[in-house]
Amino acid sequence: MAVSTAAGQEKVVNVAAAADLSAAFKEIGANFEKQNGIEVKLSFGASGALTQQIENGAPFDLFFSADMGYPQKLISEGHASSSTLYRYAVGKLVLWAPANSPLNFERDGINTILDPAVQKIAIANPEHAPYGRAAVAALKHSGLYEKVSPRLVMGENISQAAQFVESGNAQVGFVALAHAMAPEMMGKGKYWLVPADAYPALDQGVIVLSNATHGKEAAEFVEFIKSKEVAAILQRYGFTLPETK
Amino acid sequence: MSIDWQAFWLTAQLAFVVSAVLLILGLPLAYWIAFSRWRWKFLVEAVVALPIVLPPTVLGFYVLVALGSRSLLGRWWIACTGHTLAFTFKGLVIGSILYSLPFAVQPFAASFAAIDRRLIAASATLGTSPWATFFRVIVPLSVPGLITGVVLTFAHTMGEFGVVLMVGGNIPGVTRTVSIDIYDRVQASDYAGAHETALLLLIFCFVVLAVVYGLNRRPRSLGPAT
Repeated sequence: MAVSTAAGQEKVVNVAAAADLSAAFKEIGANFEKQNGIEVKLSFGASGALTQQIENGAPFDLFFSADMGYPQKLISEGHASSSTLYRYAVGKLVLWAPANSPLNFERDGINTILDPAVQKIAIANPEHAPYGRAAVAALKHSGLYEKVSPRLVMGENISQAAQFVESGNAQVGFVALAHAMAPEMMGKGKYWLVPADAYPALDQGVIVLSNATHGKEAAEFVEFIKSKEVAAILQRYGFTLPETK
Repeated sequence: MSIDWQAFWLTAQLAFVVSAVLLILGLPLAYWIAFSRWRWKFLVEAVVALPIVLPPTVLGFYVLVALGSRSLLGRWWIACTGHTLAFTFKGLVIGSILYSLPFAVQPFAASFAAIDRRLIAASATLGTSPWATFFRVIVPLSVPGLITGVVLTFAHTMGEFGVVLMVGGNIPGVTRTVSIDIYDRVQASDYAGAHETALLLLIFCFVVLAVVYGLNRRPRSLGPAT
């Protein structure tokens, strides 16, 4: 395979990104393209699913996970160097319901999911999605897991869990705050922030992959992620930043 | 061994129910396609064939939206029964019927169309009703085509993935089919488990297909029952 970085060739960076980044990274990617002239090709999925693809040789340059565990696993397997691991954001878990829902988060908090109107509760698949694991942890923390587990429906990733609620098939779902705050979801629903002590922090890490074919562009994109401009965008989408944690 | 037998049993049930329903729904539809002279018939044929070209995710997406409380149909169903059809076995059956429709109807219609029209005309001249002609002349002469349609439907549903992923919600014993189970195992890097399950599915489907095609091999001469 001939990989040339000759000048004049189209400059791109291939980014695998956790599903909770889907709204924020479209904006961040567009800004980066405008400023640096490098095309950002985004592939979204559950962090576990993307990890599995990378293990099998998926041609990504960067991997933005929704946790630190999957990047660390890839590092231990030799798919990335530990020196490239950087915690770029901390995600937040919320309960989300459509705007016209009778559920009252302010009054009932986590117990909203016990409301008789709730027949199905959407979560991401905890087998390979960090937000799914966070949701299960929060349910166990509140002692509700056994009670509601027959009503859990699993989306393949956190975006699909949100879609189950948005389409009106599940009445409530554990989704990323980033989804609740995405422009296309604004006004469509209401959310309740799950207390941070109910689940392990969703520290999110990025790594530069060892078989990256666009190393220079990847490094530039990571630098861009660390910029104040991107920090502001990420905060607008409900992420907190490691420094401000 | 860590085979999820529940998922296997569930998938086999789904395939069986969908095959049975499509045999019942498919016969009149195929009959109409084979014998109708309506000038716009080709439009119906195109609609029936759509699931072959549409990505299952598109089909699954529309089914999910249609079943949800934001669609008229979904609201009506929820008002009648109190719950959505998504994330239920019935919901999977509906999605699978749409998904496998052409795999039943096309072989049925092709075998109906291949019947010598003189036999049908003869039956009619002997005073047999169209209804009786259908069951005593057309169906017996189309047995290989009917078997092909039912078997294709069964096999197609056994291996269905995209629609189930979109509307199933991955509930063990209710909507977690074998294909979803295999997908989950691969995503979680459980390759050994994925291999075992996939191999079992492969063997099962091969045996079913081999048995049916084996039985279907001998030319049948099922005359009209008397």
